[in-house]
Amino acid sequence: MTQTSEGVNGLTSVPALLQRNATEFADKAAYREKELGIWQNWTWSETADEIDALSLGLLTLGINEGDFVAIIGRNRPYLYWAMVAVQSVGAVPVPLYSDASAEEMAYVLDHCGARFVIAADQEQVDKVRDVQEGLSQFEKMIYLDPRGLRKYDHANLHQFSKVQDAGRAALSELMPELNRRREALNYDSTCVMLYTSGTTGKPKGVVLSNRNIIETSRHSSEFDSLSAGEDILAYLPMAWVGDFIFSLGQAYWTGFCVNCPESVDTMMTDLREIGPTYYFAPPRVFETQLTTVMIRMEDASPMKKRMFDYFMAHAKKVGPDILDGNPVNGFDKLKYKLGDLLVYGPLKNTLGFSRVRIGYTAGEAIGPEIFDFYRSLGINLKQLYGQTEASVFITQQPDGQVRSDTVGVPSPGVELKIAENGEVFYRSEGTFVEYYKNAESTADTKDPEGWVATGDAGFIEEGTGHLRIIDRAKDVANMSDGALFAPKYVENKLKFYPNILEAVVFGAGRDRCTAFINIDLTAVGNWAERNNIAYASYQELAGHPRVLETIQEHVETVNKSVAEDPMLSGCQVHRFLVLHKQLDADDGELTRTQKVRRKIIGEKFEDLVNALYDGSPEIYTETEVTYEDGRKGMISATLEIRDAKVVPVTASKIAAE
Amino acid sequence: MLDNSESYVTEDGRTIGGVVMEMKNITLRFGGVVAIKDISFDIREGEIRAIIGPNGAGKSSMLNVISGFYVPQEGEVLFHGKPRPQLRPYEVAQQGIARTFQNIALFEGMTVLDNVMTGRLNKMSSGLLAQAIWRGKAEKEEIENREKAEKIIDFLEIQHIRKTPVSRLPYGLKKRVELARALVSEPSILLLDEPMAGMNVEEKEDMSRFILDVNDEFGTTIALIEHDMGVVMDLSDRVVVMDYGKKIGDGTPSDIRNNQAVIDAYLGVAHD
Repeated sequence: MTQTSEGVNGLTSVPALLQRNATEFADKAAYREKELGIWQNWTWSETADEIDALSLGLLTLGINEGDFVAIIGRNRPYLYWAMVAVQSVGAVPVPLYSDASAEEMAYVLDHCGARFVIAADQEQVDKVRDVQEGLSQFEKMIYLDPRGLRKYDHANLHQFSKVQDAGRAALSELMPELNRRREALNYDSTCVMLYTSGTTGKPKGVVLSNRNIIETSRHSSEFDSLSAGEDILAYLPMAWVGDFIFSLGQAYWTGFCVNCPESVDTMMTDLREIGPTYYFAPPRVFETQLTTVMIRMEDASPMKKRMFDYFMAHAKKVGPDILDGNPVNGFDKLKYKLGDLLVYGPLKNTLGFSRVRIGYTAGEAIGPEIFDFYRSLGINLKQLYGQTEASVFITQQPDGQVRSDTVGVPSPGVELKIAENGEVFYRSEGTFVEYYKNAESTADTKDPEGWVATGDAGFIEEGTGHLRIIDRAKDVANMSDGALFAPKYVENKLKFYPNILEAVVFGAGRDRCTAFINIDLTAVGNWAERNNIAYASYQELAGHPRVLETIQEHVETVNKSVAEDPMLSGCQVHRFLVLHKQLDADDGELTRTQKVRRKIIGEKFEDLVNALYDGSPEIYTETEVTYEDGRKGMISATLEIRDAKVVPVTASKIAAE
Repeated sequence: MLDNSESYVTEDGRTIGGVVMEMKNITLRFGGVVAIKDISFDIREGEIRAIIGPNGAGKSSMLNVISGFYVPQEGEVLFHGKPRPQLRPYEVAQQGIARTFQNIALFEGMTVLDNVMTGRLNKMSSGLLAQAIWRGKAEKEEIENREKAEKIIDFLEIQHIRKTPVSRLPYGLKKRVELARALVSEPSILLLDEPMAGMNVEEKEDMSRFILDVNDEFGTTIALIEHDMGVVMDLSDRVVVMDYGKKIGDGTPSDIRNNQAVIDAYLGVAHD
C-alpha cells in the first residue's frame, strides 16, 4: 500500500472512501437495520446510490459548501448516510445528542450556525421548532419518519425520501456539481464537528479533519487487523466521537458492516441476533449485563446454579491465561473446554458475544471483577483511552497485554508525554484542528507544537510502558492537611459494587472525605424483592435502613482498601448519604455521556454537602427534577447521614512528613 | 346542531365527517336495575368521542351497547344511518368495530406478537387444512398479516417485547398490546374502555399520544371511556357526560367544563 502524507491512494475524504467501497465491496453488506421484525440490508453500492440521491437532493435545497448541518436522531443507516451526503456536498455534519433538551440543542445549533437540520422524527422536529425563533441562520429541516408530521407547515420542512427523490430527478443536471464538490475535498477539509459533552461549562465544537479521522481509522484498524468481514452494532450516541470512528471512520476505511438496532429498547435482542465481531461499550453496559446475568443465575435452578458457580470459578482461574495464550496445563484446558460447552458458550450466546473477536471499553474505569468476568469467558475485552480531541485513540491495549488497571500503550502514530504535574499530553495525526469559534480554548488545550493536554493525571508504568490514569487532573486536589485527594479513585472502587450506580466523593480543601451514593435500582430492587422488602419508589428504596446498612458495609470495605494506599489513605469516606434521586443528565448532574459533573452537583446539593460536614444525623431537602418532556417538578426527602468506619492513617501521615 | 351528514374542520385542522353511529333513546335494564336511561348521542367519522362520568354512571354499559354486546330494551343503534340488528361478536368485528377492555383481556400465555396476530383472525379466509400444511393462500395470508402486525408493533413502539409472553409484562404495556390487537384488525371505529386506568403520568402521556396518532394516521374514529378528566379534555373532540344512567351533558370539552350539571355531578352539591 502506498502511503503519503496526503492519504493512501488518494483517499482523502470519507466520500472518496465510499466510492472505493462501492466498487471494491459492491455487493457486500454495508448497513443492516431491523425493521418490522426483519433485518433489512444495504450493500455498499446501494449505500452509495442512497447517499448520492440525498447529496443531490441537498443541492436542490440550496446547500452551500461550508454550511453546517445538524443531524439528530438515534443510530439509523439513513442518518449515517446523511453525514456522508453532507460531506459530499462540501458541508459539515454536526451530529447532536438525540436525548438533549431543546435548550441544549439551541445552544449548539446557534453556536455552529446550522442552516439545515436533519431530524429523525417528530420528537426531534418539535424540539428544533421550539427553539428555531432564536436561530438566525437556521433555514430548513429534513425529517426521516413522517409519523405525526403530516399536518405540519411544510414550507421549511422536507421529508428525507422526498429530498432523495428530488435528487434522483435532478441527477443529470446536478451530478457535475456534486462531482466538483466531492473532488474539492482534501485531507485538510473538515470531516465532522463534534460537540464535547462538557463536564464543565458549555459544550465546545471540536473540528476534526479528514486527516484526523482517516489516519486514526487506518491506524486503529491495522492495530486490531480489522477486516471487511467485521460486524458491529451501532447503538451508542451518534454525537459521540467513538461512534463516529467505529461506525463511520473504521467502517468506511475497512468496509465492514454497521448494524442498527430496531429501537433503543431492543438493543440487547438485536445484539444477540447480530453477534458482532467487534464491539464497543462503556463500562456501564458491561456492568449492567453482568448484573442481569447474576440476577438471573440467582433465580436459576440449584443444579444450574452449581454448575455455573463451579465452571465460573474455573474460568476465573485459567480463562484469562488461555485467552492470552499463556501456558496452561492440559487438564485445566480440558476442563475449560467442557465449561465452554456447558456454561461459557451458552452464556456468551445469550449476551450476544459468541462472535466477538475484539471488544473495547473506555470512558470510565471498569471494575476489575467485571473486566475479568468477561475475559475469563474468553471474550477479548480490552481497554482504550481516548477523547474527542484525539479522534478517540490515545492509548489502547494490544492483544496479550490486557490488564484492568492500565489503559494500554500509545496507539500507533500517537506520541505521549507526562508533564511535571502528572498531566498526560499527546500528539498525533488524529489531533483535532481547533475548537470552533473558540481560539482561546484551542490555545489553552493545544500548544503550537501540537501537544494536547488531556486534563487527566497519570503515569507510564515502568517496564511495560502502559499508561495508568489516576484521575481528572483538575479533580486531583489537596485536603486541608495537604494529603492528596483523588475522588475518582475512591468513586470507582465504590462503583464496582453492583448495588452502587454512582458515587460522588467530596473532600478538596476539607479535613476529611464524604460521599453521595446513588443506588442501582436493578440490583438493589432485585435484592429487595428477594428479601421481601416492599417499596413504592426509588426514593423509598434508597432510604430503606437495610439498604443503608448494605451501602455502609460497602463504604467501609472500600475504606479499608483505600487505607492500603499510603498516598491516598486520606481519601477514606467518613460520612455518606444515599441520594433520593438518581443523578440525571436531564438535570445537568451528568453529561450526556453519563459522566459526573462534580461542580454542579456540589452546588446543587450544597445543603446536603454541608450536612455531611456539620455532623447532623439527617437532613431535609427539596430538589428540582426535570421530567423527560422537559417539565420541572420538586421532590423532597429527609435523608439519613451515616458515619462509616475508617482505618486510622497516622502511620502514613508521618511518612508523608 | 350540525346536520348528520355535514362535515366540519376542528381547530387543529382535522376534518370530522358525518355521523357514523347514532344512539337513539337507549334504555338498558338488568332486571330491575336501570343502567342506562333514555340516552341519545352520535359519533362522527374521524372524531375522538369521550364518555365520562362518575363510578357506576353506566359508561361501560354504554360502550357495550355501542359494541353490540348488550342489546338495549328500548331505543335503537343506527350504524351508517341504518338500524343495526343483533350481532354476534365476530359480526361486530367484521363491521370494522374493535375494542379494548377495562380489565385487559389478552391471552396471557401467548407472546405479544401472537396476541396481536389474533386480531387478524377475521381477515383470514384460508381453510384449516391449508393453514395446517401452510401452503399457497395460507402462507400468503400469514405473511401479509404478519406485516400488518409488525407495522402496528412498530407504531406502538413495542418491538422490544415482541416475543415476550404477555403474562410477564407490566400493566401499562399490556394495555398497549391490547390496543395493538384492536388496531391490527384495521377498524373504522375503535372503542377504548378506560385506556388509561391505573397508569402513571408518563404512561398516560404515552397512551394519549398513541391515541392521537392512531386517530391522525389511520383516521380511526375513537370512542373512549375515561376517568381522568384532564386526559379527556385534552384528547377528545366531543364529550358525553353520564351520571346515574342519564346523560347530563354533551358537547366540546370547553362546553362541558362550564356545564353546571357536570360540575355538580363531579364535585357534588350541597343539600340544604
